[in-house]
Amino acid sequence: MSKKFLSLENIEKRFPIAGKDDYVAVTDINLEIKENEIVSIIGHSGCGKSTLLNMISGLDAQTEGDIVLEGKKIKGPGPDRAVVFQNHSLLPWLTVYNNIEMAVKKVIPNLSPAELRERVEKYINMVNLDHAKDKLPDEISGGMKQRVGIARALSITPKVLLMDEPFGALDSLTRANLQEHLMRIQQNVENTVIIITHDIDEAVLLSDRVIMMTNGPDATIGEILEVNLERPRNRVELQHNPEYIRCREAILSFLYEKFAKDDE
Amino acid sequence: MNKELLKKIILPLIVLIVIIQIWSGIAAIVEDFPTPSDTYVAAFGGINADGDEIIGVLSDPFYIENQDDKGIFWQIVSSLKRVLAGFVLAILFGVPFGLILGMSKISQYAFDPFIQIFKPISPLAWLPLLLFIFQDINMTAISTIFITSIWPIIINTALGVRSVSEDYMNVAKVLRFTNFEKIVQIILPVSVPYIFTGMRLSLGTAWLVIVAAEMLTGGIGIGFWIWDEYNNLNYHNIIIGIIIVGIIGYLLDLIMGKFANYFDYTQKGRA
Repeated sequence: MSKKFLSLENIEKRFPIAGKDDYVAVTDINLEIKENEIVSIIGHSGCGKSTLLNMISGLDAQTEGDIVLEGKKIKGPGPDRAVVFQNHSLLPWLTVYNNIEMAVKKVIPNLSPAELRERVEKYINMVNLDHAKDKLPDEISGGMKQRVGIARALSITPKVLLMDEPFGALDSLTRANLQEHLMRIQQNVENTVIIITHDIDEAVLLSDRVIMMTNGPDATIGEILEVNLERPRNRVELQHNPEYIRCREAILSFLYEKFAKDDE
Repeated sequence: MNKELLKKIILPLIVLIVIIQIWSGIAAIVEDFPTPSDTYVAAFGGINADGDEIIGVLSDPFYIENQDDKGIFWQIVSSLKRVLAGFVLAILFGVPFGLILGMSKISQYAFDPFIQIFKPISPLAWLPLLLFIFQDINMTAISTIFITSIWPIIINTALGVRSVSEDYMNVAKVLRFTNFEKIVQIILPVSVPYIFTGMRLSLGTAWLVIVAAEMLTGGIGIGFWIWDEYNNLNYHNIIIGIIIVGIIGYLLDLIMGKFANYFDYTQKGRA
């Protein structure tokens, strides 16, 4: 990799507290993410992993440091960094189709009606929701909603796909199903993906690298783990794969031995 | 026939009979209080207790004797026109103002104390002042209704705007929506059910207030008519007036409710 794709340089985020010193959520974050790489950020709650994602998306501004995407400093949110929110954030008065159409229309305004429809339908098809395209979000399951969220994010062909605990609110079977969807999609459309998660298996299964965060305040990157597993990955076969077991153990030991956190 | 439907018809009928019994009881005790049958005759015409032939209030509602003596239909129409005019004006001012109030913290800080103070004032307290300003019965009634209607509309619209989830706004930010797009595509759809709740409250109160306002302003209108019948010692007509006011109030609420449901996204697609 000669050219830098996405880099975080000396990022610090402080929150002012009235009458006290600032609360330092994250500090000294230095990270480079390659194009088409899938990276997970894992850590205990309160480690600032969502804050980190919000700074990359531009929804939140860092106090110090720069985030640079393809040579340009990030200032504020934009469609080149699409976000899949934990609670899907579909607009409940729009159908599945219209939710995606709204995004495409705004980001790629010059499409002809036919091109627009083709594009929206392509992404609905990508997440296997053709049968539900005219349904309202309230009429479909949580897993389906999250698939729409993914389709909406991908439909605007972002440079980076940011996922904030995308499957956190779902039951484990649905979650596994969505992970499969995501891996299958990733096989077809290469994308740079950053996933915030607190699920160790999810992190290993999906990622090329797992970024492990220390606990806050003053949270920072503790370790970075390379996951050297061939794709496509099969979750059942992986259970006995030495590399998979090694990765799991590395994360487990980081989270529960080096940076254990008591439930507050 | 359906058993549920039967209950819905028979049970209210039983209550109606009880009400009429109580009414008859009051009429027996209070001197000159109209009996149910007197009132029926006064409404629909016929021979009254004294044996006189009477044209009912409702059997000839469209008559126009002169400018000051019109049938009940015209009284109702004139009240409804005033309510509607004041109500529509209140929507035109209240919704945009509520949007601003909901979106801007600064305007909320600036205006909120005054809204809190003005809101609990009975609109009728404004009436003498408005009469003095406009020197015109119609304008006074309309502006009284405007003042009645505007507070629930402003407050509920602002509430609707504030209820827009941060998540939707984040979606808008990522897609780089302009302020106008944010209002049209996100804030308004979320707020519409709230706005309609405000409108429904407003219209209900406006209909309550118009009766009292017209009693004070005089001239024409269902409120004036009821007061006028009191002065003419036509007590049975007061009861007719009260029932009409109730039925129209109910219908207004029903229509408003239908509108509200139509524009409320949370009511769509539900079985």
